[in-house]
Amino acid sequence: MAAVATKNQGLIFRRKITNRFFLLLAVGAAGFGLVWLALILYSLFYNGFSAINPKVFSEITPPPGEDGGLINAIVGSVLMSTVAVLGGTPLGILAGTYLAEYGRYGRLAFFVRFVNDILLSAPSIVTGLFIYEILVAPLHGFSGWAGAMSLMVIVIPVVVRTTENMLLLVPNGLREAAAALGAPRSNVIRTVTWRAARAGIVTGVLLAVARISGETAPLLFTALNSSFMSTDMTQPMASLPAVIFQFAMSPYEDWHHLAWAGALLITATVLTLSIIARLLEPRKH
Amino acid sequence: MADIALREQMISVPERAQAIAKGGARDTRFRLLTLAAALIVMGLFVGVIASLVIGAMPSIKAFGLPFLWTDKWNPVTEKFGALPSVFGTLVTSFLAMLIAVPVGIGIAIFLTEICPGPLRRPIGIAIELLAGIPSIIYGIWGLFVFAPWFQEHVQTAIVDAFVDTPILQSIFAGPPYGIGIFTAALILSIMILPFISAVTRDVFETVPPMLKEAAYGLGCTTWEVMWRVVLPFARAGVVGGAMLALGRALGETMAVTFVIGNAHHLPNSLFSPGTTISATIANEFTEALGDLYAPSLFYLGLILFFITFIVLASAQLMLRALERRAGT
Repeated sequence: MAAVATKNQGLIFRRKITNRFFLLLAVGAAGFGLVWLALILYSLFYNGFSAINPKVFSEITPPPGEDGGLINAIVGSVLMSTVAVLGGTPLGILAGTYLAEYGRYGRLAFFVRFVNDILLSAPSIVTGLFIYEILVAPLHGFSGWAGAMSLMVIVIPVVVRTTENMLLLVPNGLREAAAALGAPRSNVIRTVTWRAARAGIVTGVLLAVARISGETAPLLFTALNSSFMSTDMTQPMASLPAVIFQFAMSPYEDWHHLAWAGALLITATVLTLSIIARLLEPRKH
Repeated sequence: MADIALREQMISVPERAQAIAKGGARDTRFRLLTLAAALIVMGLFVGVIASLVIGAMPSIKAFGLPFLWTDKWNPVTEKFGALPSVFGTLVTSFLAMLIAVPVGIGIAIFLTEICPGPLRRPIGIAIELLAGIPSIIYGIWGLFVFAPWFQEHVQTAIVDAFVDTPILQSIFAGPPYGIGIFTAALILSIMILPFISAVTRDVFETVPPMLKEAAYGLGCTTWEVMWRVVLPFARAGVVGGAMLALGRALGETMAVTFVIGNAHHLPNSLFSPGTTISATIANEFTEALGDLYAPSLFYLGLILFFITFIVLASAQLMLRALERRAGT
């Protein structure tokens, strides 16, 4: 008896030690991960805020060694993102509607869903190559339109995904009730399910905006960059991410400051949008 | 009520048939409109592949499949090979996963089992928000903050420490630049970390509490419950989430381009500069003159798309199977 008891105690002791050890490891992992993320946010806010001043919002990108701001990049980013969202949202909502309302378990819907999820996480730089091949190369020129198109290719899958998910959350009883009243299918969708899922769809659009506001790779060879103030979308256009890339890779100290300022602007935009999206999002349960 | 009844009587049978027919026509139009949108999404995908293949055609014809394992990259003599880029892409992503998966799962365990209740939501939300931060932010931080610090305080010490140890000596060899394969992999892992922990935590939360309670009731320790009950139950979801993260890491451009060093040779140690497919394209595309330079970059893009497609497709199939099992 005594032998069994001590053997058991030894086993329990070992299990307790193992438990302690791995739980400590998990705490350590959490600490490790959170410390990095905190460090990044800290240096971003520290360097960003010390670089932000009114000039950032009123002057264009300077040549090295001179004072300037980022207004042309801000304007370019806002313009291209607006076009991308205005073009991508209706298309995404319609395609998402097809998946949730008409296609559902059909073969075509399966393929579209599959392809959409691939596009959702496909490398964004490939999007840039795609638009370069179909727009920039044939027209012999980089342009704001091409930049907006490449962002649109990124917006669409995000909106499709969230629209489908949100429409599937709408109880079927609502659809059946509307259909029983004699409403044609398209009316049911437009006046009942869309309306019920509106908050969720808006969330998706906000997330898409957040996603493209930091996208750099697709813009590099579609919109290129520009050091002038321009709202002409047929010409190369500056954007915040492209300017950050150019300025950060340069050897000039004052360009680095502007890059930090731009990075802070982007992060602030993304965080604000995702927080609003979270607040709007319907509860899952 | 009476009004409605009256109106109802006033609508004649042919009028009603007309209204129904009109509704039917509108229905068809709307259905076709959504179908067209769905087909456009499909078309985008086909278009991406087609444009990559067409753009790469001259290079595919000139170099063929050996492009994949040629390690020359010389724009002047127009000899191109993908090996350094492909190797860099695979190695940085692999190292990033090596760091991010255990740490991400650790964070998820921490959040679901250890973290005190009031902190759980704030930390969870913070991690989800961080998952949305654009990769260029990670890149610029790596370039300006991490690389100089690493170069000065860590790298030299490591190189010196292992200078006489046979194998490690060559793994940690080379001049301490600060930037290079290791730095790129670390930045990548920090970038995908929030994503992995958020997905893993979500999957852990789908484990029925009854299973865990039963295991605790048998006298299991917390770790035993996590390792033998929760993780096996959530395996498919965790692996699927990790594959999605891998897909991101493979295709990531900005977080890597800043800190990889852009050197077109096979890296001979963890600290030596290298390049990845996306970094090569991002750095060189706008300067690619000549008949084969840009097509070779397209060829690289095609290879990247192919690799990520395989990874993402298997991730999806895994997650789909999981959804079906969950019965949603």
